[in-house]
Amino acid sequence: MSQSLRVLPNNWRGGSGSQTPLRKFQLRAKVRRTVAKDAERLERTALRHHDPEAPALNGTALLLRELVSHLRQNRTQLREEWARRITEAQLLTAMSKDEIFAEATAVYDQYVEALETGTFEALQAYARSLSERIIPRGVETHEVVGIVLLLRDVLARSLFAKYQADFRKLDRILDAYEPAANRIANTVAVGFVQERERVIRQQQEAIRELSTPVLQVRERLLILPIIGVIDPQRARQLTEQLLRGIRTNRAKVVVIDITGVAAMDATVANHLVQTVEASRLLGATVIVTGLSPEIAQTLVTIGVDLGKMNTVGDLQGGIEQAERLLGYKVVPISAGG
Amino acid sequence: MNETIRVPIKSDKDIVAARQKGRTLALSLGFSETDSTLIATAISELARNIVTYAKKGEVRIRAERQPSRRGIIVVAKDKGAGISNIKLALQDGFSTSGSLGLGLPGVKRLVDEFEIVSGNGRGTVVTIRKWKA
Amino acid sequence: MQEADAPQFRPGEHTVEVPVLKQGPFLIATVQAALTDDDLVQLRKAMIERVVGSRSLGVIIDVTAMDIMDSFASRTLREIAQMIRLRGAETVIVGIQPEVAFAMVQLGITLEGVVTALDLEEGLDYLNQRFKSNA
Repeated sequence: MSQSLRVLPNNWRGGSGSQTPLRKFQLRAKVRRTVAKDAERLERTALRHHDPEAPALNGTALLLRELVSHLRQNRTQLREEWARRITEAQLLTAMSKDEIFAEATAVYDQYVEALETGTFEALQAYARSLSERIIPRGVETHEVVGIVLLLRDVLARSLFAKYQADFRKLDRILDAYEPAANRIANTVAVGFVQERERVIRQQQEAIRELSTPVLQVRERLLILPIIGVIDPQRARQLTEQLLRGIRTNRAKVVVIDITGVAAMDATVANHLVQTVEASRLLGATVIVTGLSPEIAQTLVTIGVDLGKMNTVGDLQGGIEQAERLLGYKVVPISAGG
Repeated sequence: MNETIRVPIKSDKDIVAARQKGRTLALSLGFSETDSTLIATAISELARNIVTYAKKGEVRIRAERQPSRRGIIVVAKDKGAGISNIKLALQDGFSTSGSLGLGLPGVKRLVDEFEIVSGNGRGTVVTIRKWKA
Repeated sequence: MQEADAPQFRPGEHTVEVPVLKQGPFLIATVQAALTDDDLVQLRKAMIERVVGSRSLGVIIDVTAMDIMDSFASRTLREIAQMIRLRGAETVIVGIQPEVAFAMVQLGITLEGVVTALDLEEGLDYLNQRFKSNA
């Protein structure tokens, strides 16, 4: 977390360096706001009288329009400055200078567009697609938050430079700019985080799938060894995998071994029962092995008749029973030792 | 693609139509085969309740897109007599295998969100939602 | 394997054909997709008539094409199996798809009391075993 503080523009909130005008501006903010509100009211009235055909826009909309045209006019240099500062702050190190500039251009244009239209759907969609591109490159959340705040800073400074002769105007323009800028920063950051969460979920799913193999050990016999913690999601995934495995391998007997499962809550136990029932619908008999006393208790609690469920103490015993069911002759290996 | 698919429910043929449309929409939204089957099954049960108990009604199906997830919403409504005791109907004793087969507890298990509004003489509205991450 | 004629159901304007083939002492009914409740009721009637008419020992109902099995379908299939048993014959339901089986158990319908097998081959295998031991 401290890392993200470092990469924020360190003179935005009055760090060391020469940014006296900015600090002065902040200190006088309160006084100026009152003045500005009165001025705004006057200006609005004046506008209405001045041009009866002009739409009754409130001060904010007008200011934003002025702001947007300023940002468009200075697009080239503002983009360049931003890209330069991104590199200076050592953000997006996973990307090349050209790539950074290309993405910076797209973000800049989306930013200005959002300011202009006041709608954020396009920005949201862009944030998602951008995230899809950069997450595999290893870009992290603090970098995305950092670059968006940098852009905000670059634009604010540019506004300051333009309107520094007229504090009242500057104050009003920043008033109009701030809420929109905050919302934009929020939209992009949230979009990125959501995409990251989605990717993580997908990866978890893939890991779960890899860690629960359905093994075919003999013809028509499948073994599903379950190890570790099962949550309802994983339980469901297991069931789906097993059922597909039964169809693909044309299994007649399945041995589900839960020796490696410490505990099961009622929901997961229910899933186990459903798995047994669903397997039967596909014509397969299920043998459950490695049932601990605790899990047996859970099953009884949720109303399972253990007498009806095919259970055997351990995996080996389960396999032997499965082979008997399938008509194989079981010969002990160590006979006649 | 945010139109609502409306299927008037009057006969058993409509039950099939409603569930097939639901399944198609679910698949097009990216739901897995399994989830699409769950959704279609839920629609089938709800539509059948309309035919059995209210004689006629309507099933509406539409996609719902939120910033972080996509989903499908199905509303099954009728102007029948309504369920006088919703709490009882939602208890697991009232399962589909029983003779009092409203099958609502079962439908609940198939979906992520389940709402029912039903009043004496004011008809029934069941709303179900399923989300895809 | 002789080909029996395919009974035609005509509930209203809607026509559904469920081909029923005779294989030795057994009947094989292959259900198509999109069966309405009415179709299922007709199927039940037709199956009984065919079992009686051909004095079959066993019936296989292949539901591979059924993309949904809801409470009504499951109830009807159980009724078919029960009625066929009353005539001294066995029923095997085959071809339930993994997704359908999953939805069924979630919904709470289990086809209890009905024999199920993976596919036609397994179904015939089962019936042959049953009647071999009785021979």
